[in-house]
Amino acid sequence: MLSFIVRRLLIAIPTLLAIITVCFFLMRVAPGGPFDAEAPVPPEILANMRAAYNLDKPLVQQYADYMLNLARGDFGPSFKYKDFTVTELIGQGFPVSAQNGLAALVLAVLIGVPLGIFAALKQNTAADYTVMGFAMTGIVVPSFVMAPVLILIFAIGLKGTPFQLPAGTWEGGAFEHRILPVFCLSLVYIAYLARITRASMIEALRQNYVRTARAKGLPFRTVVVRHALKTALIPVVTFLGPGIAFMLTGSMVIETIFQLPGVGRYFVQGALNRDYTLVMGVTILSASLIITMNIIVDVLYGLLDPRVRYE
Amino acid sequence: MAILDIRNLTVSFATPDGAVSAVNDVSLSLQKGECLGIVGESGSGKSQTFMAAMGLLATNGTARGEILFDGKNLIGADEGTLNTVRGNRMGMIFQDPMTSLTPHMKIGRQLGEVMIRHRGASISQAREQALAMLKRVQVPEAERRLDMYPHELSGGLRQRVMIAMALMCSPEAIIADEPTTALDVTVQAQILDILRDVKERLNTAVVLITHDLGVIAGLADRVAVMYAGRIVEVGDVRGIFADPQHPYTKGLLACTPRLDDACGGLMTTISGQPPNLQRLPAGCAFHPRCGYASERCSAERPALEQTAPTRAKACFANLKAA
Repeated sequence: MLSFIVRRLLIAIPTLLAIITVCFFLMRVAPGGPFDAEAPVPPEILANMRAAYNLDKPLVQQYADYMLNLARGDFGPSFKYKDFTVTELIGQGFPVSAQNGLAALVLAVLIGVPLGIFAALKQNTAADYTVMGFAMTGIVVPSFVMAPVLILIFAIGLKGTPFQLPAGTWEGGAFEHRILPVFCLSLVYIAYLARITRASMIEALRQNYVRTARAKGLPFRTVVVRHALKTALIPVVTFLGPGIAFMLTGSMVIETIFQLPGVGRYFVQGALNRDYTLVMGVTILSASLIITMNIIVDVLYGLLDPRVRYE
Repeated sequence: MAILDIRNLTVSFATPDGAVSAVNDVSLSLQKGECLGIVGESGSGKSQTFMAAMGLLATNGTARGEILFDGKNLIGADEGTLNTVRGNRMGMIFQDPMTSLTPHMKIGRQLGEVMIRHRGASISQAREQALAMLKRVQVPEAERRLDMYPHELSGGLRQRVMIAMALMCSPEAIIADEPTTALDVTVQAQILDILRDVKERLNTAVVLITHDLGVIAGLADRVAVMYAGRIVEVGDVRGIFADPQHPYTKGLLACTPRLDDACGGLMTTISGQPPNLQRLPAGCAFHPRCGYASERCSAERPALEQTAPTRAKACFANLKAA
């Protein structure tokens, strides 16, 4: 098992290098440059700016410089947020996104998985259809619709009542300022988890060994929790692996709507501004997270099913 | 005295094409300590009869009639009542040992949880009992097997574990649903020996469901032959084998290959297919395939009638006269 993890970590290095390389050149191939959006500047100043950010050199030279700096842990300066390095921007934004993502993850697992089990046990009844109806709504309604609706209800509609919640403010991360964005972020995951858990639980309950467990006279609750649940959780873990990586790196839509100082908004803003170094930084962050989560998922498979062997 | 008394049991399944009756008006009793063989083709209702007795019908299935276990009706009983019987006083062994054990639980724990549940045993007592039971069903290196997962055992060993599991609480009856079908022939013989030992030494009543007449001949005291959800013939095992009174039973016996048959001879078969349960022929369900069928057979269904103190058949024809 340990050698399996070490091997997977070693394979992760070339994977990450390939991602960085492809991303680096793709960004440069995209038309435009980091200084296009601003008011026209005299060509001499533009040349100076390009020289200052190392953009006047041949592309291969730039790539080599970037990789060398990266090896020293230097992600370079942001082109757009001029007084900040990429490391500083991510260092400020990532904790915010990660905390919210973690809270949303806990919420999603605590609500989504039990809902899915409940629906599976009540398969094809009104209760099942109700839960799955809500889950379907959670999946099809995009967060840029869900977030304003939640704001309309909780920040505006319930104004003056004890249920009023602030929106669009951060206040250093005070609890009540996090409720709406975290809830909004978790909704879609609650919905997915409920659907996945329901499907895999129904499948698990059909297994012959569940029938054996019932023939042993075990209470149905024990049959479900002890005999069926572990098998049913395998697809859930598969989904949550990359899911956690996406949750921790924040959502552009939710961070923009709720005005959160997270890292999610950098993904899109960085790309639109051709802020090469920032895009590279967030790409490396999310790629590393996804690779790590996938290794963790593979290890979890072995804990859920002893037939899985690490070789 | 009957430990299990099934009276007028009908099992039907709701399907998108309408209700399908898998078991029709079946009455059977299992005496204490006896081995009752149930023979029939796939779809004859032999498994579903006893699935109903264990309360393990699929969710779209309903049972009507009476299933009396030690005098108490199990049909309509709640899960709690069923769970005082299942695994405790009546155990079940399933056909496919490869998929019938929980893959992520160690053998010892799967065996032990029966004791913990029904006898309130401690974990160490349960483990001790599990070990004793594995030894009883002749699992080699039983101690080591307790900490293994099912996939680490062979099919024959897994079926022994299944038997041990059904026996944990010394039940009065066990239902063995095709216990040897998925196994090698040599392993089949070992499993049957274990079942015989259980019946003789523990005085446990055994229901042996199979399509293999050889298995029945070796173990059963009485036999019930089922066709299309009904019992067509029932009797003591010697009588049935020596003097089958229903054409279907006779056909089944003729189909069994014999060692003393001439080499190169054709194997006997019963012509035709088992009927579709949703479109059963009128009259006797077997008449389209029956060599003794008369006009009456396609119009009227013969009832199961006693022909001797231990025998009954559902057929108008007299095989001896014919």
